Amino acid sequence: MPGFDFSNYNRNAALHARGVPLPKATSTGTTIVGCIFDGGVVIAADTRATSGPIVADKNCEKLHFISPNIWCAGAGTAADTEFTTALISSQLELHSLSTGRKPRVVTCMTLLKQHLFRYQGHIGAYLVVAGVDPTGTHLFTVHAHGSTDKLPYVTMGSGSLAAMSVFETQWKPQLTKEEAMKLCSQAIEAGIWNDLGSGSNVDLAVITAEKTTLHRGFVKPNERTQKLKSYVFRRGTTAVLNEKVIKKEEIGNYVSVEELAEEVPSGDKMEVDT
Amino acid sequence: MEFGNSGVLSEGADSRTTTGAYIANRVTDKLTKVSETIWCCRSGSAADTQAVADIVQYQLGLYEMVNARPPTTQTAAAIFQEIAYSNKDRLTAGLIIAGWDARHGGQVYNIPLGGSLHKQSYAIGGSGSTYIYGFCDANWKEGMEEAEAVAFVKEALKEAIKWDGSSGGVIRMVVLTEKGADRHLYLPDTDYKVRHQ
Repeated sequence: MPGFDFSNYNRNAALHARGVPLPKATSTGTTIVGCIFDGGVVIAADTRATSGPIVADKNCEKLHFISPNIWCAGAGTAADTEFTTALISSQLELHSLSTGRKPRVVTCMTLLKQHLFRYQGHIGAYLVVAGVDPTGTHLFTVHAHGSTDKLPYVTMGSGSLAAMSVFETQWKPQLTKEEAMKLCSQAIEAGIWNDLGSGSNVDLAVITAEKTTLHRGFVKPNERTQKLKSYVFRRGTTAVLNEKVIKKEEIGNYVSVEELAEEVPSGDKMEVDT
Repeated sequence: MEFGNSGVLSEGADSRTTTGAYIANRVTDKLTKVSETIWCCRSGSAADTQAVADIVQYQLGLYEMVNARPPTTQTAAAIFQEIAYSNKDRLTAGLIIAGWDARHGGQVYNIPLGGSLHKQSYAIGGSGSTYIYGFCDANWKEGMEEAEAVAFVKEALKEAIKWDGSSGGVIRMVVLTEKGADRHLYLPDTDYKVRHQ
């Protein structure tokens, strides 16, 4: 059975009790959104990954492939979103092969929720699941504890409040593809500017019955530019108080010097081609 | 909240899902179908109640295929109780099961947190229910007509939404009769007066 090995749990708990701090997980303190439009669905994400107060990655990918017509945006623990989406993507591909049918978004959502419910929230994956299948266009959120919601527009992650405020003021029924793309990218930008956990660029994916288009770096509002001034210190900025030169011959007076024997190869060279 | 008698049966719920102080979903559908005319009302943990409802929906679907007849409300309620009681340490699930079947007509069962099962003429549950014990006790009557039952459930939910901070949004209802399930939707924009959908 696939899953986690908890055999080190007791050791780690004992270690923690003696004051050993737990390792810090890389969190995608994130803004992710999704929005249905006439003929498909858009999902978008920011690209900042954090480890505590440190920006661990300025341009990470939070849009995950499930199948060509189903994509997932992930918030929470980066490793958990990466591995759960990969696991379910694999299961869905095998299921699709065995049934001879195209994968469905509800199937993906059900596999995700049952997997996450089994681990009672210990897998910190908060996901936006979106896709188009033979039954239509679908958009879901899946929480780490295994609950799901079905809505026409969704937001998740630490920037979800900022992003939702954009949807709640701008959203209207029957959006066009272009309107939905603009709305989603504005919602992510609200997270980028107003949430400390989110930042950098907007990644965006458009899924329709015909094709999926991934726009990596759809908006890049935080490009590094040339510094206005040079901050290199002039030579001689640091004052020299005194100077002493040690010659090579005198080095034995300060450290122990030992002549090394001719180097003997310790193993055979690796055979590359015989 | 739900209400039932032998002829018609109606259950309703508000639509608010919260994570701490944040409303994660303001139009939640807490009324979940487990078979054509057996529905459940979920309160407590969303993850737990969805998982339980999914399992029961599967069990009842299998039951119907094996026995070539739809399950009774009592059967559904018993399956719910089995899961709720045997996992009582792991679940936070308050469930109300309402159903119409040819043998018993409309019935309502209540399964509170401990996993006990109570057959009632009406049942209320969830955080908002504390505010409407008095209302329900004063206004419930034996043998109400469909329209009366719908009005009773709606008025009770309006009171719960008014007084409970964790309840709010739209009012969703389902009326279970011989003819099947009839869904109602009332929006706060129109003071819950106009039926939508």
